[in-house]
Amino acid sequence: MEFFNNSVVPYFNYWIYVILMMIGLHAMITKNNLIKKLIGMTIFQTAIILLYVSIGVKSGATIPILAHHHDDHGEETESAHHGEPDHGHTEADAEAHAKAGAPSEVEKPDRPGDGEYEKEKKDDHHDHGDPHHDSHAVNPDHFANPLPHVLMLTAIVVGVSTLGVALAISQSIYRNFGSLEEDEILAKIKQGGSGADV
Amino acid sequence: MKWFGLIATVFTGILLLSAVPDFAKFGDPNSPANGGVGDTPSVSQYFITETYNDTKVPNLVTAVLADYRGYDTMFETVVIFAAGIAIFSILRSFSGPVIPSHPPTVDTSVHGDHQRIIIGMTCRLIIPIIQLFALYVVAHGHHSPGGGFQGGVILGASFILLALAKDLNAALGRFSEKRYLALGSIGVIIYAGFGLAAQALQRNFLDYEILHKIMPATDPIMARSHSMLGVEVGVAFTVTAIMFAIYANLSSKGRLEQGL
Amino acid sequence: MSDQLPAILLLAPLFGALITGLVGNGDHRRCFPILIASLTISFACAIGLLGQVIQNGTIDYFMGGWGTDRAPLGVGIQLRVDALNALLLLVITTVALLVAVYSLRRAGEENTEKTPQFYMLFQMLCVGLLGITVTADAFNLFVLVEVSSLTSYALVAMGSKPRGTVAAFNYLIMGTIGASLYLLGVGYLYMKTGTLNMVGIHEILLDPEVGQSSSIFVAFILILVGVWIKMAFFPLYGWLPNAYSYCPSTSSCLLAPLMTKVSVYVMIRVMLSVFGAEWVFQSLGWSHTVVWLAVIAILAGSLLALAQVELKKMLCYLIVAEVGYMVGGAWLANHWGMVGSLYHILADAFMTLCLFIAASIFIKRRQADRIDQLEGLFKKMPLTTAGFVVGALAMIGVPPTAGFFSKWYLLRGGIEAGQWGYVVALLVSSLVNAVLFFRIIEIAYFGKNPVESHGHGHDDDHGHEDETQQGQVGGSTLLSGEGRPATLIPLLISAAIVILLGVFNGPIVEIIQQALEGLPVIGTATR
Repeated sequence: MEFFNNSVVPYFNYWIYVILMMIGLHAMITKNNLIKKLIGMTIFQTAIILLYVSIGVKSGATIPILAHHHDDHGEETESAHHGEPDHGHTEADAEAHAKAGAPSEVEKPDRPGDGEYEKEKKDDHHDHGDPHHDSHAVNPDHFANPLPHVLMLTAIVVGVSTLGVALAISQSIYRNFGSLEEDEILAKIKQGGSGADV
Repeated sequence: MKWFGLIATVFTGILLLSAVPDFAKFGDPNSPANGGVGDTPSVSQYFITETYNDTKVPNLVTAVLADYRGYDTMFETVVIFAAGIAIFSILRSFSGPVIPSHPPTVDTSVHGDHQRIIIGMTCRLIIPIIQLFALYVVAHGHHSPGGGFQGGVILGASFILLALAKDLNAALGRFSEKRYLALGSIGVIIYAGFGLAAQALQRNFLDYEILHKIMPATDPIMARSHSMLGVEVGVAFTVTAIMFAIYANLSSKGRLEQGL
Repeated sequence: MSDQLPAILLLAPLFGALITGLVGNGDHRRCFPILIASLTISFACAIGLLGQVIQNGTIDYFMGGWGTDRAPLGVGIQLRVDALNALLLLVITTVALLVAVYSLRRAGEENTEKTPQFYMLFQMLCVGLLGITVTADAFNLFVLVEVSSLTSYALVAMGSKPRGTVAAFNYLIMGTIGASLYLLGVGYLYMKTGTLNMVGIHEILLDPEVGQSSSIFVAFILILVGVWIKMAFFPLYGWLPNAYSYCPSTSSCLLAPLMTKVSVYVMIRVMLSVFGAEWVFQSLGWSHTVVWLAVIAILAGSLLALAQVELKKMLCYLIVAEVGYMVGGAWLANHWGMVGSLYHILADAFMTLCLFIAASIFIKRRQADRIDQLEGLFKKMPLTTAGFVVGALAMIGVPPTAGFFSKWYLLRGGIEAGQWGYVVALLVSSLVNAVLFFRIIEIAYFGKNPVESHGHGHDDDHGHEDETQQGQVGGSTLLSGEGRPATLIPLLISAAIVILLGVFNGPIVEIIQQALEGLPVIGTATR
């Protein structure tokens, strides 16, 4: 129980990904049917995607999209997801729109040693606990890490493409050998020739 | 073989789990990936704090995908394009013996007629809305989850729906093989074209900022935002075309005559 | 313009593929000029880059302009050309250009309606390989590995041989496992360092608190195993012989010289640039084990090659042995071992190209794959034979071919490191290669005049008697019995390059040493 609480629970995402990945690997190695191998491959890749996405999670953080024009009462301004009018916003405007606030000012994150980022005035009216009200302060702790999401978008597309090519090859094998079971295909190859009527 | 597979799997699993105590706990905002190592903030910190200043795009994921790591995304589009071409070259057969498939299960009774009418009418109503939604997802990727890949898949799915509801030939009639192969190439050309345009203006490949010189009435920052939309459109074209190409080839065993 | 060379190098074949997609479907004859034009531009860029690197040192290119002046390192994707990969870029573009010329006749005959698609896959494969070589971003490497892998699966599966599709499926499964393991390793690295840029990762790994943690070890193992699968290092080589033997001949001429060599480059790049030689050879301390694995790879490859009756399969097992040379050389943990390994990458690409083109010409000529069916062929095709013999001599390690010098450097490294098993393996494999090739030369030169029978060939390309008769009469051939110029010229050029690489090994080794100055390999091996 001790082991469970200390080693598994805070790291449960890693345990899950390892278990999933091993299920996929087992399927790829041991299954006879080609399509089952491909399903194993998909599970294998999905486990890796899960791992990456779980790295970027921060407790209490929201999705990595900066939300604007939301204030305490959930009122949205007309340009709820800012369109043209926003381009004209300057710092003066941002001060005026203090409550609604567009994050045109960036607050230096509360970390030592970040000299290159400009210190901007923090707006004290904002409730830092609620991530949706972030306006002047783009506090990195309030947003999930966007980089793993980006990487996994790419990985998912790559996985889908590989699966598509694999299915095409499987169909081609079926056309040539009449079977999708690996042992039958190997037997036909040993007999000599493709065994197909092509 | 089964024993070997089991042993290999268990061994690999133990190897991977052995490193787990070394990692950051789930949800830790100060892990090296999220916060940074030592004094240097991680790359993600830069993305979260500076993206809006650099690009005026609130969706951080789209900004990183299309601008900062746009080169990766271009190759992702090339991957999916290559997959479409690969499936075409592996499966597509223009001649040769007809592979005996099960006879088409088209129900020709009156009941079947009614079913086809219902399905046909429903699809006729829904498909335009799906396509409109797909365009919305592409265009709104700057502000909400979305973007080129997502919108392209939805758009491709609308054609697949047509093929499933009616017949593959109906969908091919609207989106013929020549067209979708060409559209796939055009999508990647659009993407790479943005990069080349930047190179023509004496900057590095895919440096969108300099494109404000050829885009009317934009400043360098908005040029990034608009170029991102442009490359997302390119991505959407390619993904649409290839999604449908994959379906068309896989469902008809490469003969493009009769689908599922 | 001249600072945009890294980008143009990659964009030329990419646009070549895209334009082929647009205009090639209409008229197949338009594909070929586009192919040659794009690969020539790439070739010119590679020469330009080599010149720039020799003069000015390492070149950095930031995609999207996100250089270190605008944003911290790792925000954008960085390309880095140093002396190490400048040479490899030149090799890739040269091999691609030669195979492109070779493909003029072959591809058209084998896949007529899909010729545009074949050329598109060809060029996209080149883009992938070139991109792998120049990138300095770990995740970008994965994406480009997938680009090259997907196109290679398709190139293997495209053929008319049914066994090719089964081989392609196995290749796909193994390749995906390899790439996924690499991705997992990069994920572990990202978890511990927070950046994806190779230079950035290296700097963070220098801190022992990060660099000596167990997850970094596991990350290295994952990346290493992933790359080993991709280069067909023993015991993960199962996919290679089938995949390269049963694919169309043009595809095999393109894939065999390049794919495994680029994977070896990736391993060396990860070892030296990301983890650093000190970490790999001292903290990990595995060099002894890996060199022994390499010894087994060399011996297994050579002995299995002896047992083969099909010509192309034999060459594939020789590739497995060659990969053993390179991995062993890199893990000897000393200067000459690494130099030998890198030089061997360059030399082996051309040797393999030579042998595969010659083998393809022979097989096409005889419509048969087996070695014992090559009887008497050498007398009829002297020029092709000359090319084959040059490749064979390079494999055996006869001066002045490049093969001799690469073995020389590897032996020197092995002796210095005290890895006698490796030294013995190198010598044994040279001997075995000699036996192999002299057996072929004996059959092909002194064999009786062949009876053109098709009884044995169960894996024929086209099993028609008529075509054989035509080929025998030699209706449309240039010299009596030789192939067309388009197939002959690449063979002769690559044979010439094999010899030139050997003769000029001095300057080339100097360039390699210039690269290694920036990435020091420690002088002593650890046991």
